[in-house]
Amino acid sequence: MKRVVITGMGIYSCLGENLDEVKESLYQGKSGIVFEQERKDFGYRSALTGKVKIPNLKKQLSRRQRISMAEESQFAYVATIEALKNANIDMDFLINNEVGIIYGNDSTAKSVIESIDIVREKKDTTLVGSGGIFKGMNSTVTMNLATIFKLKGINLTISAACASGSHSVGLGFHLIKSGLQDMVLCGGAQEINKFAMGSFDGLGVFANDALNPTEACRPFDKNRTGLVPSGGGATLVLESLESAEARGAKILGEVIGYGFSSNGDHISTPNVDGPSRAMLKALDQANVKVTDIDYVNAHATSTPVGDQNEAKAIHNVFKKGKPYVSSTKSMTGHECWMAGASEIIYSMLMMEHSFIAPNINLDEVDEDAKELNLVKKTINKKFDVFLSNSFGFGGTNSAIIIKKFKK
Amino acid sequence: MDKNTIITKVNDFLVDEFEAELDELTPEANLKETLELDSLDYVDLVVAVESEFGVKLAAEDFVGVETLENFYNLIDKKVN
Repeated sequence: MKRVVITGMGIYSCLGENLDEVKESLYQGKSGIVFEQERKDFGYRSALTGKVKIPNLKKQLSRRQRISMAEESQFAYVATIEALKNANIDMDFLINNEVGIIYGNDSTAKSVIESIDIVREKKDTTLVGSGGIFKGMNSTVTMNLATIFKLKGINLTISAACASGSHSVGLGFHLIKSGLQDMVLCGGAQEINKFAMGSFDGLGVFANDALNPTEACRPFDKNRTGLVPSGGGATLVLESLESAEARGAKILGEVIGYGFSSNGDHISTPNVDGPSRAMLKALDQANVKVTDIDYVNAHATSTPVGDQNEAKAIHNVFKKGKPYVSSTKSMTGHECWMAGASEIIYSMLMMEHSFIAPNINLDEVDEDAKELNLVKKTINKKFDVFLSNSFGFGGTNSAIIIKKFKK
Repeated sequence: MDKNTIITKVNDFLVDEFEAELDELTPEANLKETLELDSLDYVDLVVAVESEFGVKLAAEDFVGVETLENFYNLIDKKVN
């Protein structure tokens, strides 16, 4: 079995448009949440959202390339450009090697709605234009990026709700570990427009503190009222240690465990057993003890039941370990399909720069989370191993363990 | 609509949406080569023409359309 390392990262999120900006926001405990009147007018209960600018790619991409890309693909493209640069990989390398892509994405709401609106109005499907089909499929991100970057390896979209990005890293890890691929671009993307999250808002699970947007998302806090939707793109370059060494690449970290499970339970209400099994499986595969895990980046979205059950699961699994725990969603909101990948990047930035980002807005810790070693303020600390949790609708769970690389 | 207006409107959307250079858009220029069109791009030409002129082109309308002049004439025929 091969060792699998991370050699590149790129991020485009409400905390910043590149690794440096995001690292600074994480360190400062800065929220990316805003109030958006347009959502209120559209009929949302809660008009809070992570704010991410739509990139202007006119100079980088041709009309033919841009016309097939909606915002989730654009976010993913910007993140991937940064990840490839970070990994010191150019187009020549991509053309001459078998590089794959596995990316998490689970909606294309805006593209589908806009296409259908045209057909309804014009009564002619041709007038949707040639980009409609390529923007409207769930695999839009991988089909666009694989084309733009001339990729020749695995080409696959993972749709696993809010664990999509995490599973993409886990599956990329396994393909490299088993020797089937030498390098895979893994990540997650999330559209952020008002069409994407209306039906989710309708469930009444979004935080609704319009007067204090940056304080609305408060994972593990006793007075939390729900999540805040967010989005963007996050890309990691995973490769075999042999490939990284042959290229002389800087190694940022090593993926050592991927645990997955399904709750076999309710469609939206998470439980304790499923996430516990995913974490235990990841620990077992990584061959590390619970006391070896220094930090857990929790899935915790700020919903009452979700955070409560994850707190119980972390406590059940880590009883002796007491790792530091924080939810970066307190700052980003819930980046959904992207979250599993972005939160690995957030944790990698913390590990690289020796700090643990705070779980902001944690004024009064909920009774069920009192056993956890929660991080309320930024801690300056070197650490070597972290676990990142991601859970999604349908009870899909993923836990990834990454450690600092040592030869 | 007079022919010159049609030519101006067509050239405008070819520059704005199809990234053509205005000085390349001569009547004798080859439509496909000048705009580097692939099969998908013809769908977007249909969309642009409908949006600008309110007329719908079908795939068979492009048979025999080689130059920009042919394209202007096709739209002229449909519009007028």
